[in-house]
Amino acid sequence: MTFRPLRFVRRGRLVEVADVHPRTTLLDWLRLRERATGTKEGCAEGDCGACTVVLVRRRDDKVVYEPVNACITLLGQVDGTEVVTVEDLAAGEMLHPVQAALVKHHGSQCGFCTPGIVMSLFALHHAGGPADREAVNDALAGNLCRCTGYRPIVDAALEACAAPAADRFTATEETTARVLAALDDGSDVWLGGSDSFFAAPSSEDLLARILGEAPDAVIIAGATDVGLRITKALEPLERIVWLGRVKGLDAVEDTPDALVLGATVTHARALPHLEALDPDLGELMRRFGSRQVRASGTVGGNIANGSPIGDLAPALIALGATVELRKDERLRSLPLEAFFLDYRKQDREPGEYLRRITVPKLGPSDRFRCFKISKRRDEDISSALGAVRLTLDGETVASVRIAYGGMAGTPKRAAGAEAALLGRSILQAGTWRAAAAALSEDFKPMSDHRASARYRMQAAQAVLVKALAEIAGLPSAATRLHPRKEASLAAE
Amino acid sequence: MQPNDAEAAALRHVHKPLPHDSAVKHVQGSAPYVDDLPEPEGTLHVAVGRAPIARARLQELDLKAVRAAPGVVAVLTAADIPGRNDVSPSMGDDPMFVEREILFHAQALFAVVATTREAARRAALLGIAKTTALKPRVTVEDALAADATVLPDYAFGRGDPAAEIERAPHRLGGTFRIGGQEHFYLEGQVALAIPGEDGSVHVQSSTQHPTEVQHVVARVLGLPDAFVTCEVRRMGGAFGGKESQATQWAAIAALAARATGRPCKLRLDRDDDMAMTGKRHDFRVDWQVGFDDEGRIAALDSLFLARCGYSADLSQGVVDRTMFHADSSYFLPAVRIASRRLKTDTVSNTAFRGFGGPQGMLAMERVIDAVAWSLGKDPLDVRRLNFYAAGRDVTPYGMTVEDHATGRRILDELEERSDYRARRAEIAEFNARSTILKRGIALTPVKFGISFTLTRLNQAGALVHVYADGSIHLNHGGTEMGQGLNQKVAQIVADEFGVGLERVRITATSTGKVPNTSPTAASSGSDLNGMAARIAARAIRDRMAAQAASEWGVAPEAIEFRDDRVFVGNDGMSFAELAGRCCAARVPLSEAGHYATPKVAWNRDEGTGRPFFYFAYGAACSEVTIDTMTGEMRLDRVDVLHDVGRSLNPAIDIGQIEGGFVQGLGWLTTEELVYDAEGRLRTHAPSTYKIPVASDVPADFRVHLHQEPNREDTIHRSKAVGEPPLMLANSVFCAIADALHSLAPGKPVPLDAPATPEAILKAVEDLTGGIGF
Repeated sequence: MTFRPLRFVRRGRLVEVADVHPRTTLLDWLRLRERATGTKEGCAEGDCGACTVVLVRRRDDKVVYEPVNACITLLGQVDGTEVVTVEDLAAGEMLHPVQAALVKHHGSQCGFCTPGIVMSLFALHHAGGPADREAVNDALAGNLCRCTGYRPIVDAALEACAAPAADRFTATEETTARVLAALDDGSDVWLGGSDSFFAAPSSEDLLARILGEAPDAVIIAGATDVGLRITKALEPLERIVWLGRVKGLDAVEDTPDALVLGATVTHARALPHLEALDPDLGELMRRFGSRQVRASGTVGGNIANGSPIGDLAPALIALGATVELRKDERLRSLPLEAFFLDYRKQDREPGEYLRRITVPKLGPSDRFRCFKISKRRDEDISSALGAVRLTLDGETVASVRIAYGGMAGTPKRAAGAEAALLGRSILQAGTWRAAAAALSEDFKPMSDHRASARYRMQAAQAVLVKALAEIAGLPSAATRLHPRKEASLAAE
Repeated sequence: MQPNDAEAAALRHVHKPLPHDSAVKHVQGSAPYVDDLPEPEGTLHVAVGRAPIARARLQELDLKAVRAAPGVVAVLTAADIPGRNDVSPSMGDDPMFVEREILFHAQALFAVVATTREAARRAALLGIAKTTALKPRVTVEDALAADATVLPDYAFGRGDPAAEIERAPHRLGGTFRIGGQEHFYLEGQVALAIPGEDGSVHVQSSTQHPTEVQHVVARVLGLPDAFVTCEVRRMGGAFGGKESQATQWAAIAALAARATGRPCKLRLDRDDDMAMTGKRHDFRVDWQVGFDDEGRIAALDSLFLARCGYSADLSQGVVDRTMFHADSSYFLPAVRIASRRLKTDTVSNTAFRGFGGPQGMLAMERVIDAVAWSLGKDPLDVRRLNFYAAGRDVTPYGMTVEDHATGRRILDELEERSDYRARRAEIAEFNARSTILKRGIALTPVKFGISFTLTRLNQAGALVHVYADGSIHLNHGGTEMGQGLNQKVAQIVADEFGVGLERVRITATSTGKVPNTSPTAASSGSDLNGMAARIAARAIRDRMAAQAASEWGVAPEAIEFRDDRVFVGNDGMSFAELAGRCCAARVPLSEAGHYATPKVAWNRDEGTGRPFFYFAYGAACSEVTIDTMTGEMRLDRVDVLHDVGRSLNPAIDIGQIEGGFVQGLGWLTTEELVYDAEGRLRTHAPSTYKIPVASDVPADFRVHLHQEPNREDTIHRSKAVGEPPLMLANSVFCAIADALHSLAPGKPVPLDAPATPEAILKAVEDLTGGIGF
């Protein structure tokens, strides 16, 4: 087996790196090795966005500009990309349009968040515009600014991103595409030795072999959670296997019956498919982390890492999703809810990896709602998240799946509430209340810094009643501060 | 035309909306912060070992594993301090490292110096503290039960409020809790100390108070102040959190530099920063009010119970300022404002934009709401009724509010601009129709006292040089934390010399250039430093004018400085040429300017005097919608009118207003500090502590400046703008309470701050006796 070191493009040059520790972050490499200090560390946990850089990639033969948090991106993960930082945008004295707009609108005060904001807007600028306020707010959800109150930044973004990008990056996109295509050489990448390594196999067979030989290795896809084990817990991770180069794991199969997401499909790529499945799911995805987190983090990772508050799992459980796992040559599938055994414990053996997730689509008699409750609307971890999928036979609930996050040690179905609904009329408010009351038997949530147990239960009950009332016909403009997207209402 | 107008018309830079001096660098990542500076060869990195428990006696500190860890060069404890183990601003009660008593969770026990930051951080986890644990006092109630305070109780007032309340036609009372706030400056605490000759040290620090860093480093190292220089080019945000809280890290870095003889850098990790540095004080406020049928207040008796944390820090000034703002904008005929500065076994609370004022004002706005609702009146009408007015214009601390008319003009104009009355009617209609969603609106005023209440701090220095080529070196004692102070002062100096801004070189604040400075705080930065810089520039200009006058043989008054030239009628020369000639003629072109604020005098013992030079006013009207089933809230529209005097830079001032408002919005809604029963802060990272993001700011956000020249002789008749706008966000809190009030008209709304979804839902439950589905 021949491996090659890490390769990426930086400032027009091919960079080859063989001599870094496997857990070196992109941010440390930029600031400490390259001494490019324009990119800042604000929190080292992917929440503030001061470290935002853009990774230029080829996807489906197009050049795309993805913002990521450099603080929790491992250097190995930039293999095959061009790394663009805030220092790279201006052409001599000539500021890039997003930079010029920020200056014009007084979009910086202390300036410390500004490089990250510039890079998030640079990515938005290249996202195909024009961007409206909602898109701008969304593009900035992962960039905290403590000085300006955002208004001038949003104004700058609306101006700079009013038209599709035409800058020196678009002008040289053909060359970029060629160079990036050349980096996409199908090689297997290995940094380090056998005790301490960053491995990026290009095939599932090699992945299975590596995991067979090093079953204790940490598997990463986006590393948006594992990154914190490195930067915050200071865990001495020595053996890291990255799925990002494995051919086939990044596939999205969108058929009329089901959506099949490979383990390395990012939230960003999954978003439009899930949004098409149901607008609530789209909004849930939009509120998931930030653009930076969604560009790195994967649906598979969110599930495999088994967080009790992982936002996607309850929604996918309600939809009846299944997961497929592989170890050596053995494949097995199981319902998603069965994958979660206990707090931070999943039905996954050492050396086994999550391969793909299958999400059944909604039929004409199916209804879906999900609600995320958090202290802050954007970029916040849920206090509670509830999802409901019903099949109606006329007004009768013919089948029902209800799942919650944040209410137990794992994402979990609400068996009592489901039983209270099955076979009942959706039009009876009494039924809604009975189902909500049953939740207090289904869950014993805990109190923590996000919410008290009491509030979690109240919110869980409230969103179930709302979901049922809406399915029964109450317009969401009367039930929510942010109504369901209209287009989908028309589709129902 | 007033004389002031003529002067203003001649100004080329002052009053103009010019960009921040570093804006072009900010957007390119080329504005360096301390951690970005090139590291001198051999720089070592420092990390701090944290106390594992909130309150304990330290029996033994086992650091063997720390010393043995890879990359470790030195390990420092209290025993290694050559001077005093004290990093407090004044009271002597903030040890740099724990000696015997652990006073709060995450308190610094020791420091590790290592070859890399990662090595230092890893090693710092290996310390073993053997302790005897005591039960920590965490809450206001814990401190009250223990009768624990960091400073004596303090009160002021007039009349016999208890009797007046008893006699009043209506009486109300209540308890209101107000949460604290984490600064969340984007750049965390950081310092780089470079050892020099004879034990001296040069410290690059991210601090609002370079003089205090200098003095504390000298105190810890046992050096004369003159052996320590502190330099600050810029901070990545501060908001009060780098006033007293930056010194400890600078002093540890300096101690490390002393111990190793090498440059040493200490940059706190974000979670450590949040756990180890102080925050805005949280309060319990117990109040009683008496009023008449119209809602006119006869008497108020308020007790402010401040949770100060383990030490005094700046709590005297902070809680005093709470008391100074406990009247908000209202005349209180008989009044008692009392306070207790409670001690808890938690991090020591500190300065934060508003410095206690916001808590005082918010409590009063809640009293007004309660009065209005009990009478079935619109709270705005009760606000108007009690607003300071002629004959009703003396504050509880004896200072006359001379310009209440400015505040009232702002209130009037905003009421009209915001279309308050029509919207209030429309909201009532909406609420009658809507069962789950309820809307609310509130218009609240701001009146904020400008000046340090510690009178001696109201001074500033500046140092200006004109070089022989006509370029100008500008230095002053203020620090740049994003607020645009350097830009404003540069505008002032450029206009004094009649030159373009590009000629004025802004330089890093240094204790070596301007000594004995006050912190850049209390909104005073441009008031004080702008004046000092103008005094310095004017002195040099006068000498240049005298030189030019002697060369032309005219009177100095005939010399005019404008457009980078020096004129006598149509004749003249370039500014640079005159600078050169002055040098040749041995005219000194350097000047240290000094300014001391006039009129201020506060007698704390008597509780009377004039603590403030003037007041800054403002008003905001906010409209919200709440979800009565989940407690979620949406801010729909905000209108602001804010008093900036004659603005030095309208763009920068708008930035301060919007930024202050949104920071206040966070304080009162999503930002919740949660301590557990063991005294540990559970919300020590942005993943758990939620400051506003872009989508929390309403699309309909209308901000206007009220530009009325300051009645006091401030720099170009401007007004301070750093802190006052934070309190505009009181309108959001009152609007949420207003929406809740629609559920049970006439009842007081039991809502504490911050109004998180959970807090709002709890209020719904309390008002309606349960949550109706």
